[in-house]
Amino acid sequence: MLKSQHTLWKAIWALGISTMLAGIPVVGHAAWEPSKPVEFVVMAGKGGGADKAVRLMQSIIASEKMAPVPFTPVNKPGGSGAEALVHMKGKMGSNHTIMFTLNSFYTTPLRQPGLGVDIATFTPVARMAEDTFLLWVHSDRKDINNIAEFAKAAKAKGNKWIMAGTGKNSEDNLLTDFLNKAYDLNMKYVPYKGGGKVAKELAGKNADSTVNNPSEQLGFYEAGTTKALAAFTDDRLPLFPGAPTFKELGEDYVYYMQRTVVGAPGMSKEAADYYTGLFTKVFNSDKWQEYRTKKSLQGDLLTGDALMSYWKRERDVTWSC
Amino acid sequence: MALLMGVFSIYLMVKSAELPIGWIDEEGPGGGTWPFWLATIMLISCGGIIYNWFRKKGPIATSNKTYIEAHVLGDVAAVAVALIITVALFSFIGVYGALPLFLIFYIRFMGKHSWKLTAALTVGVPVVTFYFFEITLKIILPKGVTEPLFLPLYKMFL
Amino acid sequence: MLEILGLLAQGFVVVFEPQNLLLIVVGCTLGLFIGAMPGLGSVNGVAILLPLTFLVPPTGAVIFLAAIYYGAMYGGAISSIMLGIPGASTAVATTFDGRPLAKQGMADKALIGAAVASFVGGTISVVLFTFFAPPLAHVALVFGAPEEFALMMLAFATFVGLGGDDIFKTLFSIAIGLVLSAIGFDIISGEPRLVLWGITGFLHGVNFLVLAIGIYGIGEMLWTVEEHALGGGKSMLSDATVSVERTMTALKDLLRTWKSSVMGSLLGYFVGILPAAGATPGSLMAYGIAKQISNEPEKFGNGAIEGVVAPEAANNAASTGSMLPMLTLGIPGSPTTAILLGGMVIWGLEPGPLLFVDHSEFVWGLIASLYAANLVTVLINIAFIPVFIKVLKTPFTILAPIIFTLCLIGGYAPTQDMHDVWLMIVFGIVGYLMRKLDYPLAPAVLAIVLGPLAEPALRQSLIISEGSFMIFFERLYAGPIMVTALILLFLPVFKRVYDRIRKPRAPAEQ
Repeated sequence: MLKSQHTLWKAIWALGISTMLAGIPVVGHAAWEPSKPVEFVVMAGKGGGADKAVRLMQSIIASEKMAPVPFTPVNKPGGSGAEALVHMKGKMGSNHTIMFTLNSFYTTPLRQPGLGVDIATFTPVARMAEDTFLLWVHSDRKDINNIAEFAKAAKAKGNKWIMAGTGKNSEDNLLTDFLNKAYDLNMKYVPYKGGGKVAKELAGKNADSTVNNPSEQLGFYEAGTTKALAAFTDDRLPLFPGAPTFKELGEDYVYYMQRTVVGAPGMSKEAADYYTGLFTKVFNSDKWQEYRTKKSLQGDLLTGDALMSYWKRERDVTWSC
Repeated sequence: MALLMGVFSIYLMVKSAELPIGWIDEEGPGGGTWPFWLATIMLISCGGIIYNWFRKKGPIATSNKTYIEAHVLGDVAAVAVALIITVALFSFIGVYGALPLFLIFYIRFMGKHSWKLTAALTVGVPVVTFYFFEITLKIILPKGVTEPLFLPLYKMFL
Repeated sequence: MLEILGLLAQGFVVVFEPQNLLLIVVGCTLGLFIGAMPGLGSVNGVAILLPLTFLVPPTGAVIFLAAIYYGAMYGGAISSIMLGIPGASTAVATTFDGRPLAKQGMADKALIGAAVASFVGGTISVVLFTFFAPPLAHVALVFGAPEEFALMMLAFATFVGLGGDDIFKTLFSIAIGLVLSAIGFDIISGEPRLVLWGITGFLHGVNFLVLAIGIYGIGEMLWTVEEHALGGGKSMLSDATVSVERTMTALKDLLRTWKSSVMGSLLGYFVGILPAAGATPGSLMAYGIAKQISNEPEKFGNGAIEGVVAPEAANNAASTGSMLPMLTLGIPGSPTTAILLGGMVIWGLEPGPLLFVDHSEFVWGLIASLYAANLVTVLINIAFIPVFIKVLKTPFTILAPIIFTLCLIGGYAPTQDMHDVWLMIVFGIVGYLMRKLDYPLAPAVLAIVLGPLAEPALRQSLIISEGSFMIFFERLYAGPIMVTALILLFLPVFKRVYDRIRKPRAPAEQ
């Protein structure tokens, strides 16, 4: 359905470049290094969580001179990542195109088989973190301090209880469905554009609850405007010791959002090794570690085959849902 | 024109209808509702435009100005075609291959300026473009087959 | 009050450090040139120069970025006036009268008007920012989907009179702009929508810049090529001149437009504060209202200086305004502030209500730098006007290929996708043909900006209200805005009916 002449051209173009690159003798370099600026595709819009992380990584690479060329972020937020995936598919064989992904990396191809994207062909580089989710309400709701009181209040309001989130079928929607099912609620899910907007709707009392990432609610949380009731994680988050996990509350439910760097499909082995090494260095840098702590990010560094099997496992879990 | 646009409106309506165009319970208006009704407005407007034209009431229908004069048409068409060819060439011989050709065509053959001036601009414009966009702003333009020529430049500047 | 002045004074101490002053001058100049390029706006400047700012401390960095931001806002007016190509959506309204003025040989007057109005807008808004930040932040916070939709209706309403005489063609133009803006994917359901002919390039939607550069850049240039050929080779771009006396007269004329600039500044600032609205609706509404309150509304669109002053004052005021939700709520009011927000994260500053308390040095340094950047940019801008005028006097056959070049690259730069360059050419040629048939095109360009803001707000509201339109009238802020919008919308109709009742036989039948 989504095949076009345009994609074909790109493929021809990419093929031409790679043939020519292969023809150029590399002098004096044992290991592969990028020879032109690297396109760093962001699977989300400007200003969101993923975009901020990419710009932080870009700046770490530039300021610590980790690479001989600049990394230039290009935002492709269209179609829940569909645009970015199709773009990457068109860059088949490119050694100078990488992408920063979210969970939509494996959920979007499942939902839209027409794209013809197989994530198994992409090159795993490095999982930089896993973002977490918490359940939030406004601090003025003095009557809600734990999940039982939340369930009671939400039930009383029926479908007038508004849960704000980031688009239908998004991670937020999945979590809302879980809450509705687990606590027998009938909350109304209203989609907004981006997590920051969602956080603001809660703070402005235009929504009754949200399931934001910590990074999105942090400002309001620190100002005492919103509070976290429970976490969708395995263990309590150090930043929110007062929020028990759903596991503690008797619901076997955890959910994370991957923050991963992916290479174009068919990238050469040498290039893949280079990017893996580079992002391992970024991962271990003080700035990235500081960012992880501040935004309450979880998840260890994952590379190579381990990352690929992680994707496949997550994809199968999603598929079975 | 209105007829063509009317057909385009119908295409847009059909395309919008690929998504639900009615009310979905608990979700509000479907994804296709907004563009569907707007495309319908387009179609109605086209109908109105054609009706006005038949009644000879619109400002166009009543004016006796020629749509475009023949000798002028040549110039406009030449520029439009040159633009299309230039963009087509972007993907093959790159911006820095196609732009000079366009500049030579326009300055020398449309503008009838001297070869000296043509040469200066043909070299100057791409060089300034490279400095401003690629080096200062780090916006990488398509290179096509000329890509390998730029690798040493990237090494030097970026 | 005294406390605020004390903090502001501290801020100025930071700004007047030699290094920071230098950053302001360099930033404003760079921003001016980036903004003047069709296709590049403050977003590009701020985004790409962000990594450079690691060489200086956060306060210096944000001063530099704010300076680029301001410079680019001024710069946008330059290409709007000189070439008729809005460099950014915020500068669309400036083309309506800026371009006609330039064509009448008064480019200098329009440029000076734009610069001075921007300065007024910037200054008024910074003063408001200084003294009323916290209460306004509260208004921004409670503004929900119904209020946003009401505001968009107001923006459309102020613009009813913009189209030509042919009501069907105007309607068509608005509708096609809105439909084009719906292309891409539906943010509510997350599904791809209107992917025309299955071309994947449509997945990222139709960028405003692609349509604007297509219609105003390529289309307008083809139009000029035709005029040029008809005129036997005479340059039709502009017969501009500049001199000290002309500048003085222009400045004196501007004094009479103070109403427009003050109105534009206030309106722009309040609209700018609202998250997600940004500077574009602000500048459009300012233009519409300037026309409504003018004694000679018929001059608008044919070179009324108020038509340049009002939107320019508004867009600069709005860009200051959009800093407020960014700093206090962490919600960017525009794409540029989104990038600034990213920068703050990198510097380890957490936006939110506590930022004013925890990092007051940073906040007041920023506010003080807004004052300084404003002054510096207006001076640089006026100093460059003679250079711009000289550029306009270049023979058309030399200038034209260079402008085409800028358009092509400008169409590629925002998304870095050849698909958009093709689309731009198509819009250019179709736009040219439609213009020959007297279709008004400005409504389409505006619709593509407002569409993506209006549609989700409408749908979110209807989800919340379960389909009842009463939600737009019941709420504290949405109600009055909506009522105002409806009154403005139907004002021309009432007027016509009223006129007909009052003098039934005045226009004698012939």
